[in-house]
Amino acid sequence: MDTLLLSRIQFGANISFHILFPTITIALGWVLLYFKLRFTRSGDEKWIKAYRFWVKVFALSFALGVVSGITMSFQFGTNWPGFMEKVGNVAGPLLAYEVMTAFFLEAVFLGIMLFGFSKVPSWVHTLATFLVAFGTTMSAFWIIVLSSWMHTPDGFEMRDGVAFATDWWDIIFNPSMPYRLAHMLLASGLTISFLLAGISAYRWLRNDRTEDVRAALVTGLSLGAMLIPLQILIGDLHGLNTLKYQPAKVAAMEGNWETRGNVPLLLFAVPDEEARTNHFEIGIPNGASVILKHKADGVVPGLNDFVDEDGTALHSPVAPVFYAFRIMIGTGVAMLLLSWVSVGMMMYRRRGVEALPKVMLWAMIPMGFSGWLATLAGWYTTEIGRQPWLVSGVMITKEAVADVPAPMVAGTLAVYLTIYVVLLTAYIGVIFYLARTAGTAKNQPGGGSGVLRPGMGRKLPDHVPAE
Amino acid sequence: MEMFSDPAQWLPFTFAGLMGLSILIYVCLDGFDLGVGLLFPFADDDEKDRMVASIGPFWDANETWLVLAIGILLVAFPTAHGLILTALYLPVAAMLVGLILRGVAFEFRAKAGPERKPTWNRAFFIGSLLTSLSQGYMLGMYVMGLQVTAFTLAFSVVTAVFLTVAYSFIGATWLILKADGVLQMKAVDWAKGGIWGVVLGMGAVSLATPFVSPRIFDKWFSMPEVFMLMPLPLLSGVLVLAIWLMLRKMPYPRDTWAWVPFTMTTLLFTLGFFGMAYSFYPYVVPETLTLYESASAPESLFIIFIGTCVVLPMIAGYTVLSYVIFRGKATELRYD
Repeated sequence: MDTLLLSRIQFGANISFHILFPTITIALGWVLLYFKLRFTRSGDEKWIKAYRFWVKVFALSFALGVVSGITMSFQFGTNWPGFMEKVGNVAGPLLAYEVMTAFFLEAVFLGIMLFGFSKVPSWVHTLATFLVAFGTTMSAFWIIVLSSWMHTPDGFEMRDGVAFATDWWDIIFNPSMPYRLAHMLLASGLTISFLLAGISAYRWLRNDRTEDVRAALVTGLSLGAMLIPLQILIGDLHGLNTLKYQPAKVAAMEGNWETRGNVPLLLFAVPDEEARTNHFEIGIPNGASVILKHKADGVVPGLNDFVDEDGTALHSPVAPVFYAFRIMIGTGVAMLLLSWVSVGMMMYRRRGVEALPKVMLWAMIPMGFSGWLATLAGWYTTEIGRQPWLVSGVMITKEAVADVPAPMVAGTLAVYLTIYVVLLTAYIGVIFYLARTAGTAKNQPGGGSGVLRPGMGRKLPDHVPAE
Repeated sequence: MEMFSDPAQWLPFTFAGLMGLSILIYVCLDGFDLGVGLLFPFADDDEKDRMVASIGPFWDANETWLVLAIGILLVAFPTAHGLILTALYLPVAAMLVGLILRGVAFEFRAKAGPERKPTWNRAFFIGSLLTSLSQGYMLGMYVMGLQVTAFTLAFSVVTAVFLTVAYSFIGATWLILKADGVLQMKAVDWAKGGIWGVVLGMGAVSLATPFVSPRIFDKWFSMPEVFMLMPLPLLSGVLVLAIWLMLRKMPYPRDTWAWVPFTMTTLLFTLGFFGMAYSFYPYVVPETLTLYESASAPESLFIIFIGTCVVLPMIAGYTVLSYVIFRGKATELRYD
């Protein structure tokens, strides 16, 4: 493999690993604030217990997000120096604002949020929780601005092959930014909804049926049931926005080769880029036309419009985009079903969590990580769909890659991959470990790197431990 | 001041200053928490917990200064960023692996089961070691103008060791401040054992720099500069001596002066930093690329500059706040 492909795999691996953790922390920060506020208002212990359990998940996710994020900030330089040389005048300030308005805010107040509960007045602790949540969201804002600008660049001019900013408002509020930001924030919300539900269902099934577990389970399912229709709406709008600005990407998402009307919505197909056609198509007649143009004979752009005269494709590889898109949609449908059916059952005669059959609780455990799957699939759709461009219409990916010997990239890639697999395993393992031990004395002391202190047992929750 | 009328002059200069400041703050702050990690093998299990507690609320923000420094290099001096980081490809990768290891070990050691704790403790030490060594190695390569020869490689290996020992030293002085009892006495011993790293490290860089480049040699050893710069090495010598004399008597009754070794070490690092900054200015890639040549467009720098003026004082403010909240001897870290 050549340096370009290896560098792409390496960056893809890093960014995929990285995004898992911000996807959790962005929304979890707000959920923690919600828990804290409920506790402050009601004084009900269950909310602060839920806070204390989930703040550990937050701390762990945050640490993984930070270290994998640092890795990426260096890789811009080590693997993709051409990117900053060409569009650094635009990308630079956006990244700088992310560091200055988000990273420090999160990092400093995280300390107070995690370890300050007994050291500062309660309102300061609540404020710290708010600032951390706000910081993670600001961080998402700036990086989505940059990512969106790479898809739909605006507000700049090229002089001697280098981009110069002309209008910062247009750069920040570039055409795809509002949709992408809303889509990502909702994705984070959904990820947390189902993680809350999944881990709480796991605890529930292990007979750890304290009030805080119940509260987290209900919060997760309700939040998920609320957010998923919103996400479907925003996702649709985002798709229409992509159709307008990046038609080639939509063509790949739909697996549509010829520009025409009455395009079916393909539920399954095997796109064949050699033959430039699909095999084994199963579709809903006129579906894609209706979704994208709101009428049965609406004309949908085809991939064959995006081929150079000499036959080189100016669109992305089709199969990965086509499949990733379907994985995302499929996961979304599963989320919709699970959350609506559960909430419906819980509301029916107000029976609450007890109304949920065991099999649904079991289904929630793997669905606990469904947000990750949908988020990754969504990002693969949009980012691979942007290829061969790095910045649409401005520079192609190949132009940015560093001239580093391929074996060096391959070697570091192998190291990163190993670390990521180990860390991901450890992360998921520890979350379940925390869930198993949350109800027992073993895990009571502060968790965060703390020292055991005698007399901690008084914090024991009032229920029978699972074991 | 003619310089300040031309944005293409003062903006790069300002950003170089900011980047330098971030690096300096990083070396002092993450220096102490890396150092604490380096001292891990010498501590028993209880002490390890207290050592981690002493850096718990801070390490994350400390590491952010590295992100800021590399961020400024990236956004303000993009060509230099590309040149330096591709030249240092492998040590950067090693450092990142180190940073990943220690950052996650920090969380995992407390949250995974007790039977996993020793493994994550080891990961914390190895991560700290790998980070420190690769940073020291990069320092050496940078001083040598990023040239790869047998000599520069050997020199960089030496600076890698010295910087690592120097970090363990500032880590020990941090523990003198944050610990009490047996751990504090141990920290005094660790500091006594590590001070040579600081002395030799600063000495090696100071001696090597002028001999690598005649330009730098002239900057230091021509008249009247040599006299004006005299205070720098002299003050450093005085500080080292003062720290050494204090360490021999520490800890003092009622724990007075416990903050002094750490403060003096920070001062010492600052002096060393200014010496290096003076040597390399105006180059950002030694002897190859000046900061003016590699700077981004003034319009872009200006928009960051405005944000910096607003945000940096706030960052400084709440950083200080967090050190105030978590002042005093380190106690256990608790989530409740």
